[in-house]
Amino acid sequence: MHIDNSQPLEYSTQQNQLNILGFWIFLGAEIMLFATLFTAYFTLADRAGSGPTSAEIFEITPVLIETFVLLTSSFTIGLGVHAMRLGRKNAMMAFFGITLLLGLGFLVTEILEFMTYYHEGATYQTSAFTSALMTTLGTHGGHVTLGLFWGTFIILQVKKRGLTPGTANKAFIFSLYWHFLDVVWIFIFSFIYLKGMM
Amino acid sequence: MEFFERFAIPNPSPAIYASMVAIALVSIGIVVGLTYFKKWGYLWREWLTTVDHKKIGIMYLVSALLMLFRGGADAIMMRAQLAVPDNKLFDAQHYNEIFTTHGVVMIIFMAMPFIFAFMNLVVPLQIGARDVAFPRLNAISFWLFFAGAMLFNISFVIGGSPDAGWTSYFPLAGNDFSESVGTNYYMLAIQISGIGSLMTGINMCTTILKMRAPGMTLMKMPMFTWSAFIANVIIVFAFPVLTVALIMGTTDRLFGTQFFTTDNGGMDMLWANFFWVWGHPEVYILILPAFGIYSEIIATFSRRNLYGYTSMVASMVLISLLSFLVWTHHFFTMGQGALTNSIFSITTMAIAVPTGVKIFNWLFTMWKGKIRFTVPMLYSVAFIPLFTIGGVTGVMLAMSAADYQYHNTMFLVAHFHNTIIPGVVFAMLAGLTYYWPKFFGFMLNEKLGKVTFWLLTVGFVLAFFPMYITGLDGQARRMYTYSESTGFGPLNMLSFVGAALMAIGFVVIVYNVYYSFKNSSRDIGSDPWDARSLEWATHTPVPEYNFARTPQISSSESFWDAKKNGHVLFKGELEEIHMPNNSGVPFILGIIFFVAGFSFIFGLWVPAIIALIGVFICLGLRSFELDHGHHISVKEIKETEEKLGGAK
Repeated sequence: MHIDNSQPLEYSTQQNQLNILGFWIFLGAEIMLFATLFTAYFTLADRAGSGPTSAEIFEITPVLIETFVLLTSSFTIGLGVHAMRLGRKNAMMAFFGITLLLGLGFLVTEILEFMTYYHEGATYQTSAFTSALMTTLGTHGGHVTLGLFWGTFIILQVKKRGLTPGTANKAFIFSLYWHFLDVVWIFIFSFIYLKGMM
Repeated sequence: MEFFERFAIPNPSPAIYASMVAIALVSIGIVVGLTYFKKWGYLWREWLTTVDHKKIGIMYLVSALLMLFRGGADAIMMRAQLAVPDNKLFDAQHYNEIFTTHGVVMIIFMAMPFIFAFMNLVVPLQIGARDVAFPRLNAISFWLFFAGAMLFNISFVIGGSPDAGWTSYFPLAGNDFSESVGTNYYMLAIQISGIGSLMTGINMCTTILKMRAPGMTLMKMPMFTWSAFIANVIIVFAFPVLTVALIMGTTDRLFGTQFFTTDNGGMDMLWANFFWVWGHPEVYILILPAFGIYSEIIATFSRRNLYGYTSMVASMVLISLLSFLVWTHHFFTMGQGALTNSIFSITTMAIAVPTGVKIFNWLFTMWKGKIRFTVPMLYSVAFIPLFTIGGVTGVMLAMSAADYQYHNTMFLVAHFHNTIIPGVVFAMLAGLTYYWPKFFGFMLNEKLGKVTFWLLTVGFVLAFFPMYITGLDGQARRMYTYSESTGFGPLNMLSFVGAALMAIGFVVIVYNVYYSFKNSSRDIGSDPWDARSLEWATHTPVPEYNFARTPQISSSESFWDAKKNGHVLFKGELEEIHMPNNSGVPFILGIIFFVAGFSFIFGLWVPAIIALIGVFICLGLRSFELDHGHHISVKEIKETEEKLGGAK
């Protein structure tokens, strides 16, 4: 395996560079996936049928908590990648750990929010609006859930194997994924929640 | 007993029972055969666990040919049913199932794997790479496609086939009007193979962007690689739309969501829009690689370089952009209003311009060339006028006001078969004949190939041109019969004769493979067609590592330059080559996805959840796996090169 030392660790082999480009292309596909979900949501947002409307069920408090927690986690994973570039393994693992804890906090808040909706009569099956809402939020939440497992696996590998081209590559790609989920959340926050509360 | 009732066929017929027996016998035959000849180990080591792009390509090729016969059987049944008025061969329900599976099988499980076969076989060789960027992912793509295809194909013996058309419009495809599990098969089988296609898209884009041989800039890539690149970019942007639409359709049917329902706010037209936002780019995913294959073949057999390389690339980029801006033309009659229809009319007609550029480029390539009318060239030459007719009728359909006359008639059926058969199917058969010697080491028989070509061309014209006339006279598509007083009888009989000729043509292909395997010379060298691009610069059959030394590129036809102008392709000493290891996980993932799909289709939640957990376990294991591949030593390379006819 040829290692190019002029590059950061995560870019240092050819396979690493392929992995990163491939992941960017995958994120392109993910953008299309969420764009389609948003299109469906915007088309169906006002079609609540006999169920509740968005203004009736949206509450600002849990949404603000989720936004704050997730945006902070994007910052901490940035610090994690910075620590990784400085070669500070323990700091990197700590920042990744904080990121995942914040992600877990987001997820718990979102699940509680879903349960509130359920008790208010807004279920997955109630109307086109609730189906589209749950599917869009659920797809994002599902991504976060997957990310929690993935991130944990990466911390375990860094702990065991240290910062190698392989583990650094995985950690960097995971950070791309995590930032992407944050970007999607900004759209959800602005165009689903804020717009829906007005 | 109640548990098993769900697996029964809702509308059984003797033909379906006969198929069940046939499937059982063939399966037993395969198992007994493999055991008797002691081939299980060979199958596992060489094929099921392979990550080699060439072997994966061959598996795609075999699957595509099998599906071609499955879809072809559906086609001949439809033409037989319509051959005479008031025919009682099939009832309406069976006819619905037949045209639905014909469409899905031909597009998703025949044409897609066929183009993936050529992308896998040819692209890494054309750019001088050892393999694709993610060989393991490539194997997963194949096995997901295969799982989806098998899932779809068992529908007609377990639980019933889908019957809502290959477009599966809601509310027809909803639970109220499609009660059997057939449409569940549609949703999940296409979903599984679609995920595989998306992964191929990512894989091929990365491969083409990052793994080209030194000196091969983007504008020096062979035309097939360019077409594959554009098609894969479209895949990456179009397939997620289908993924979401299928998820929504699945949850509507299985979990009672309200996306496409007719009450509680659901909007059935949303499906139609999503389907065609994917569906129209999909036809360009199929046709652009076909154009790429024609470009390679026409240049080779005209003995001239491709005319207008830059405009070829530009027109493909333009087509790929426009392909996302025309979807509404599939339902002009569904009430968007005049302004929307007019805009989509214009964007649709605009696609004719870059396509026309390509047609003229092929004509100018042939102009004053020394044309050799081999079988691949015959297909290419027939393609140009036939495809142009299909394109012209496409522009007719694009006029939204006139479309009210053509919509859902046989005119439309004639149009899209007129583009897909000479466009895609002929290209696939031309490519099959052209690349056959590279991967199997012998040529297909030319005389039998020409017999096939004429049977298919004449059969195609007889089968589909009459539909233009009956369509204009008002024969609706998807109607299982018609009365004698309509006067459609004679022309439909002519279509049946044409379809029968095509069927004979496909049988001749099978015989040709058998005949050539027995009789063709194995001493054909590495470049039997006197071709121009890089895939012919390595040995036949292609060694595992493709090229012993990485080729040095200076033009889009470096191999031709090497043969004629003394360009040196291979410089320097042999070096150790790094290759990926085989893995059984992709095959196992395919089985798990098959089980998951089947369980979801029948609402068997426990096995469905177990299978999904299995998927995540595979992902987790992959994360922890240390797989550095293996190295082929210089000594081994030298031995292989000598065995294949000296180091080049």
